[in-house]
Amino acid sequence: MKNQLTAELLDTIVKRASRLGATGAEAVGFETTEFHVEVRLGQIEKLQEAASRGIGLRVLHEGRQASCSTSDLSDEAIDELLNNAVEMARRTSQDEAAMLPAFDDYARTFPDLGLYDEAIALLPTGDKVEMARACEDAALKSDPRIRNSEGGACSTVIGRQVLVTSEGFSGEFNTTVCSLMSAPIAGEGDQMQVAGWGDRQRSLKSLETPETIGLEAARRALRKLGGRKVNTRTVPIVFEASAAEDLLGDFTGAVDGTSIFRKASFLVGKLGEQIAVPELNIIDDGTMMGALGSRPFDGDGCPSQRTVIIENGLLKNYLLNTYTARKLGLRPTGNAQRGLTGAPSVGITNFFISPGKYSPEEIIASVKTGFLVTEMIGFGFNPVTGDYSRGASGWWIEDGKLIHPVEEVTIAGNFKEILRGIEMIGNDLKFRSRIAAPTIKIDRMTVSGN
Amino acid sequence: MIEPFKFFSNKFNITIHDIDSLLGAALSRGGEYADLYFEYTVLNSLSLEEQIIKSANRSVRLGVGVRVISGERTGYAYCDEIETSAILKAALTAAHIAESRTGVGAVNVTQGQPAHDLYPVTNALTDEPLERKIEFLNQADRAARIFDRRIREVQASLSDEYKVVLIATSEGMLIGDVQPLARMRVMCIADDDGNLQTGASGGGGRVGVDYFNDTLIEHYAGEAARQAIVQLEAVDAPAGSMEVVLGPGWPGILLHEAVGHGLEADFNRKGTSAFAGMIGRRVASEICTVVDEGTIPNRRGSLNIDDEGNPTSRTVLIEKGILKGYLQDKLSTRLTGAGLTGNGRRESYRHIPMPRMTNTYMLGGQSDPGDIIGSVKRGLYAVQFGGGQVDITNGKFVFSASEAYLIEDGKITAPVKGATLIGNGPNALTKVIEVGNDLSLDEGIGMCGKDGQSVPVGVGMPTIRISEMTVGGTK
Repeated sequence: MKNQLTAELLDTIVKRASRLGATGAEAVGFETTEFHVEVRLGQIEKLQEAASRGIGLRVLHEGRQASCSTSDLSDEAIDELLNNAVEMARRTSQDEAAMLPAFDDYARTFPDLGLYDEAIALLPTGDKVEMARACEDAALKSDPRIRNSEGGACSTVIGRQVLVTSEGFSGEFNTTVCSLMSAPIAGEGDQMQVAGWGDRQRSLKSLETPETIGLEAARRALRKLGGRKVNTRTVPIVFEASAAEDLLGDFTGAVDGTSIFRKASFLVGKLGEQIAVPELNIIDDGTMMGALGSRPFDGDGCPSQRTVIIENGLLKNYLLNTYTARKLGLRPTGNAQRGLTGAPSVGITNFFISPGKYSPEEIIASVKTGFLVTEMIGFGFNPVTGDYSRGASGWWIEDGKLIHPVEEVTIAGNFKEILRGIEMIGNDLKFRSRIAAPTIKIDRMTVSGN
Repeated sequence: MIEPFKFFSNKFNITIHDIDSLLGAALSRGGEYADLYFEYTVLNSLSLEEQIIKSANRSVRLGVGVRVISGERTGYAYCDEIETSAILKAALTAAHIAESRTGVGAVNVTQGQPAHDLYPVTNALTDEPLERKIEFLNQADRAARIFDRRIREVQASLSDEYKVVLIATSEGMLIGDVQPLARMRVMCIADDDGNLQTGASGGGGRVGVDYFNDTLIEHYAGEAARQAIVQLEAVDAPAGSMEVVLGPGWPGILLHEAVGHGLEADFNRKGTSAFAGMIGRRVASEICTVVDEGTIPNRRGSLNIDDEGNPTSRTVLIEKGILKGYLQDKLSTRLTGAGLTGNGRRESYRHIPMPRMTNTYMLGGQSDPGDIIGSVKRGLYAVQFGGGQVDITNGKFVFSASEAYLIEDGKITAPVKGATLIGNGPNALTKVIEVGNDLSLDEGIGMCGKDGQSVPVGVGMPTIRISEMTVGGTK
């Protein structure tokens, strides 16, 4: 017998878990309809379409925790899910912080945050193919040096999330996402450079046009042509907005409540301390209208909120879910991230650096000799020590002017010094994902090359 | 032992006739090739932290992916139930990639057997009682803490999966496999009066529960603890271009990033790889031979059949420095006429297969590892790495050392802080000036990401000496 994914089904599962002896139970359901098209050199290359769903059950047995999930919603599979979860939870260890949120901590109202756009849900396949094609085409036609392409792509995801717990919480919400991207390849002589660029939004009308995206992708590929190594030296670094987002993404690992209670972050014990320049403000806001990371409640069922992480350079808060908040004796911040399996982890909602007063041009112009980083690769951040070392490419700056492209170098420093070394913050904040940052300038980092 | 077709037919009432007609439906719009990928996977994970078992997880993932190829086009759809009407719907959706009104005739699949039997596991971890797995993690915790009193925190985890797959193609192939996989990880935090450092180790493969014996568990724990303790003394890493010696085993991630991805056939067919059109050209010094081998028994990256049903193999990528071949999947071989290499892989039934690595390694050479280090005046000796990444198109790659030392006058001296190493794929291996006789494969923890799909892989390498590479430290 097939079941539909409803709050009633999850409620039945939670009640059955309680009857089987669970002292707490929480069921989550995800349903998605995804569409993805890739066009390359004008021709459709991949077309993928599917609907899927799954349910997860977390069971607590006097502080002992286990979780199970299945993509099979048959009665048989649900029986197995329940029995396994309850049985496994008897055998793990007692963890006094492992509890469901108290009734009062759950979200009670579910504000409409503009997360669902019918226009995306109803967008015809033909339009999506055309958007991908137009996005690639704009890049291909923009310059004769755009010689090849990894393609243009358009994806839509229509999602639904349901959460029901034995403490009486029941909530659900719907989301849509549309993404559009292009990855043209610029060539000159033997050299080839690719740049992928795109936009992702919850509503169709906020999505940049295929032409805008395609042209920007082409500009980014073209400006990498002729890149060379530079000599090893310590100079001021400007992170272009997209690279600053990457840097900020690494930083999230250091304020994640899980790293904090594990004492695996250089920011352990620093709440209330001046860790950055007074101009720096970093915020996590799960309540922004229409934003990718917004949601009416988090993975624990707690309300989303706006959390100031750094205010005027002072460390004000960590990102916390119910579990990490208990471990640290703090209040949860609505940052529980729930997957199908496992206990909720900690995750960002919309995480950003507040814009400053300088234009990106002013920031570049302020540099005598330095490096504008436009792209980074690799995984060289150690949140325990703050040590930072990653591959980078971009442009060399002399006397406030961009002189030549740079590639195959690394930049290195320590995050403690990076935070205290921020000299300028740009006014060019734009949300393209759940992390956003404007252009920023750091006083000094080591560029390693020849 | 599970026989995959029987497994799916008994559990979900799927018959050969159903498969024939589903493939027929997939080709009903005139597609040239279609395949069905049935998957039933059970995944378990168990984790220890703060000396307690914090969580036990189990998930079941099942479904069918339907792919239709028409020229360079791929149509893909999946369903997450194994039931003919749902699969039919997916088949008809995928069929639309082809634009003809008429189908091709009937498909008749015949059951075949994989050419290899690389992981005949009788005691999969998936069936093991939780108690024994819990004891593995407790044992790791104890061993790490005994190593040094400064080990303040230990995190240990055990993950296993048991995947049953059945692949049917419009060329008449029906073939299945049962793929066990297990991995243990240990992470330690050392605390010396506020100086915090981490170390990590682990391993596994397509192995049974007995693989994780006392010696091995204590080795993982001891290694993680040792690395964390070594890092307590680490000095700033050097910056700039210098001689680099890479230790054996996991540093083979160099090959995975520098050449492996760039030799995947999809990028080369499209001319988007820095290695496109370079077959027969020199891309490494003549002491370098690099292979991808999916047929090593019990390895993490090994498979009896790839995820398109074709036998895995040993593919020579670079022979004595000359580029010999690419890693192929079905689509690439259809379009270029190259032979299959058994490298068509996918994360799950929700994903389209593409060319991927299996176990990628460099053959051993002549030099004694001790002599290699002894011959370096000033350089870096890197033995453990975190992740790496590559820009396929311009060939620039990075990989991050998590345990490395300075070499001064032929001697290993101070440990250095983590640093990223960067190079250029098509010429990085031309600077390999010595290859050790100590080839070893990694311990079985590798995970490779491409286009949002993760698959388990292996790497391996002997000690090698590179005359020049950029090291991203601060000093």
